[in-house]
Amino acid sequence: MSRITVIVDGVSYTDEVEPRTLLVHYLRETVGKTGTVVGCDTSNCGACTVHLDGTSVKSCNVLAVQADGHEVTTIEGLSENGELHPVQKAFHECHALQCGYCTPGMIMQACDVLKNNPNPSEQEIREGLEGNLCRCTGYHNIVKAVQQAAGELSSQAVSS
Amino acid sequence: MSSLSQRPADAVVGQAIPHESATLHVTGAALYTDDLVGRTAGVLHAWPVQSPHARATVTALRVEAAYDVGGVVRVLTAADVPGLNDAGVKGDEPLFPDEACYVGQAVCWVLGETLEAARVGAAAVEVDYAPLPAIITVREAIAADAFQGGQPTLARGDVESGLAAATTVFAGEIDIAGQEHFYLETHASIALVDEAGQVFVQSSTQHPSETQSIVAQVLARPSNAVTVQCLRMGGGFGGKEMQPHGLAAVAALGATLTGRPVRIRLNRTQDMTMTGKRHGFHAQWRVGFDADARLVALDATLTSDGGWSLDLSEPVLARALCHIDNAYWIPDVRVNGRIARTNKTSQTAFRGFGGPQGMLVIEDILGRCAPLLGIDPAELRRRNFYVEGQATPYGQRVRHPERLVHAWDDLAARADLGRRREEVAVFNAEHPHAKRGLAITPVKFGISFNFTTFNQAGALVHVYTDGSVLINHGGTEMGQGLHTKMLQVAATRLGLPLERVRLAPTRTDKVPNTSATAASSGADLNGGAVKHACEQITGRLAEVAASGLGIDPSQVTFADGLVAGGGDSLTWEQVVALAYAQRVQLWASGFYRTEGLQWDSTAMQGSPFKYFAYGVAACEVEVDGFTGAYRTLRVDIVHDVGDSLSPLVDIGQIEGGFVQGAGWLTLEDLRWDESDGPTRGRLATQSASTYKLPSLSEMPEVFTVSLLEHAHEDGVVYGSKAVGEPPLMLAFSVREALRQAAAAFGPDGCAVHLATPATPEAVWWAIESARSQPVEASLPHRAEAAGVTIDSGDPSAQDEHEPDQPEPDAPPIAPESEQLADSGSPR
Repeated sequence: MSRITVIVDGVSYTDEVEPRTLLVHYLRETVGKTGTVVGCDTSNCGACTVHLDGTSVKSCNVLAVQADGHEVTTIEGLSENGELHPVQKAFHECHALQCGYCTPGMIMQACDVLKNNPNPSEQEIREGLEGNLCRCTGYHNIVKAVQQAAGELSSQAVSS
Repeated sequence: MSSLSQRPADAVVGQAIPHESATLHVTGAALYTDDLVGRTAGVLHAWPVQSPHARATVTALRVEAAYDVGGVVRVLTAADVPGLNDAGVKGDEPLFPDEACYVGQAVCWVLGETLEAARVGAAAVEVDYAPLPAIITVREAIAADAFQGGQPTLARGDVESGLAAATTVFAGEIDIAGQEHFYLETHASIALVDEAGQVFVQSSTQHPSETQSIVAQVLARPSNAVTVQCLRMGGGFGGKEMQPHGLAAVAALGATLTGRPVRIRLNRTQDMTMTGKRHGFHAQWRVGFDADARLVALDATLTSDGGWSLDLSEPVLARALCHIDNAYWIPDVRVNGRIARTNKTSQTAFRGFGGPQGMLVIEDILGRCAPLLGIDPAELRRRNFYVEGQATPYGQRVRHPERLVHAWDDLAARADLGRRREEVAVFNAEHPHAKRGLAITPVKFGISFNFTTFNQAGALVHVYTDGSVLINHGGTEMGQGLHTKMLQVAATRLGLPLERVRLAPTRTDKVPNTSATAASSGADLNGGAVKHACEQITGRLAEVAASGLGIDPSQVTFADGLVAGGGDSLTWEQVVALAYAQRVQLWASGFYRTEGLQWDSTAMQGSPFKYFAYGVAACEVEVDGFTGAYRTLRVDIVHDVGDSLSPLVDIGQIEGGFVQGAGWLTLEDLRWDESDGPTRGRLATQSASTYKLPSLSEMPEVFTVSLLEHAHEDGVVYGSKAVGEPPLMLAFSVREALRQAAAAFGPDGCAVHLATPATPEAVWWAIESARSQPVEASLPHRAEAAGVTIDSGDPSAQDEHEPDQPEPDAPPIAPESEQLADSGSPR
């Protein structure tokens, strides 16, 4: 067993984990962050996407011990003071979800795309989310939501 | 207009609102079945021991070594089953089998304190197998005469004389691929037993009542001792209509034996190797056209790949036969159906339920034959549409066929098809190594369960003394927005703002004896039941309000939270308080059954559908001549949802259904090991790394969806139509566009066969076939290149594609084979 200390959604956790424990299992089973889900087990679908030190990772493809001393943000830590993050708000308003299972990962990845490229073209959004699968929506509204969020975020940036 | 379909002004139904759980989804708060593990104390985890053989007798099962593994609590075997060792409704799905019938089938289960303990324990179980010969492909099953279940024939008129009178008769075959559901949430169940022995199963199931029934059957308990709840599913698509039952039963068995909660969650490999998929089909056909390229006769034999057990294969086959006409009038028809028994997963419901496979047969025929008839495929399709007064081969009058024409013409205008066809021709003339195709295809899809009995639903509506409302209904939520629509229906009928109505999870102890949330019928059936319950409540409240307002109850209206009449009004809350004080019942159970249906599944005749849903799609693709790789440039859709209950939800269903259909037809390539090697029968595509799902890279560059206007559907809840399945078949347009683009590499008028799925590889072979065709080939040669033979008219000449005809003693689909598990003895 290895002792790790990880900040998850702003709270520090210290736990003994088996060295081969995947980050997603640590988050779900030890920390209780069930908002991050397991879809494919093979790092194809992106449903388990979280931020590790602010950058998106597929948490089924990262060991929990690799997060030792680092900061993880999950979908449950994205909203601030009860206010939905603009990407969350846009996914809600644009009906960019159906069964919702891919939604947390899709939102976390979209945040990462917009952080690196605040004004992406439609093509850049598609490429940025290519590693996240959705079986319900056909993606159309997901792209629209990211476009709406980009607009919202850039207008926030202008006004602040 | 019926009172069921009549919609008040400013109704909550029809408003474009987000999904009712959207806030929970975007914050990660929404719970799926497996999220409950951490909220449940003392959970045991289950792991299957899976057969490595496609078919083998289990000659010995030694479980002792598993108990030597730390953390293993219990091994579940057939000897533990107190009731029926069967996970299905037909008695052919042993839960703990003594003969393994496919690679991956669970022969026993190990329960452990941790998933890892269960996994290691399962690896320690020793199983002796005596391998038996296995059948893997449909063609092998046909050769071996290995069929299961009924072999129905759907017929009208005299197909032989119809073909004899035809100007041209073509014959051919097609192999239609299956499809993995790949719901993002794999199968999951958690079972608990309470202090009084009540079994409570949380399951990711589209059919809680049947899950309940199977759990009860396995445990030898009455249904009232088993409760099943489904919070929501992370996708279902039909894959959770029957497949959850056995898993729930194993969890429940484990819970009753250990007294502890038991969780089963399949990992992706287990899910893909253990659970059923869309049926692949093989079809042989002969088709006749008259001199005007009108369909005059169709003779076909469809063989579905049923896998190891019947499951839902019979009704899937029935729907395939009932949809072989798609949108087209065919006077003389004979379609035979049979179900191959193969040593694979038990193929099951998948969005469209056989309809897509049946429709693909005729769409493939039209696409392949249009060049041989010398007619534009769009014109060939349009010319053969049903018109008012005509009936389907099973005898149901086609209502509103003009809607398809409206949708077709509307789409042609919206998508500017005339101009774009010319542009495609110019592009193709200018580009020797890239070609474009632009195709338009229709959808007509029958709505209702074929089996009339299933077309019923229940609901429970509670009004509390503070005026707040809680609704329950028998349908399950898998992302399709059913709960959203049910909230809108209740708010509309009660005249309340949406916020006053809340919905509780689907449970068998709230609404019993429910049908599967399937056949696109969830909103039609449960909406009718919710509305019925609300009407009883407003009926009683109208009496209360009428006496308060001094008017007749018939004058009372419910709108915007006010109960009004005679120029005066009371608030909803005031009336509810008055009613409670007067001891008037404030809750009601609702019931709905679809009127006007009748179906004889043995004769394959009747009017099984309440109505038809229509849609039209146009798709333009560009194909690369060197590789067969392609891009979808543009997709336009006009689809008929009646008067939409919830437009955002409906458009989302159309977009998602189309993309899922395009996945089935172009990307998703299930491969099974068909070799004679030791891994014969193994699913070679066991994960998303080898099974290609639609991703953002395959999205059409332009994608528009419009709802058909003036589409009110009389006799259905608030004038709406079902939307779950029909849009999947809009994706035929992609396949036909690819076919046309591939053909454009060949001489004018060349016909090509395109395999399913039309992967780039398959498209490349179609291009090769087109390129190799000489410019001035004879019609028989051109046909042959497309895998089509031209009937000589000589009845003594046996055509290689002649559809097999059933033996005289072939069993029909008997109605009793469609009965629910506990309403008749299993066959």
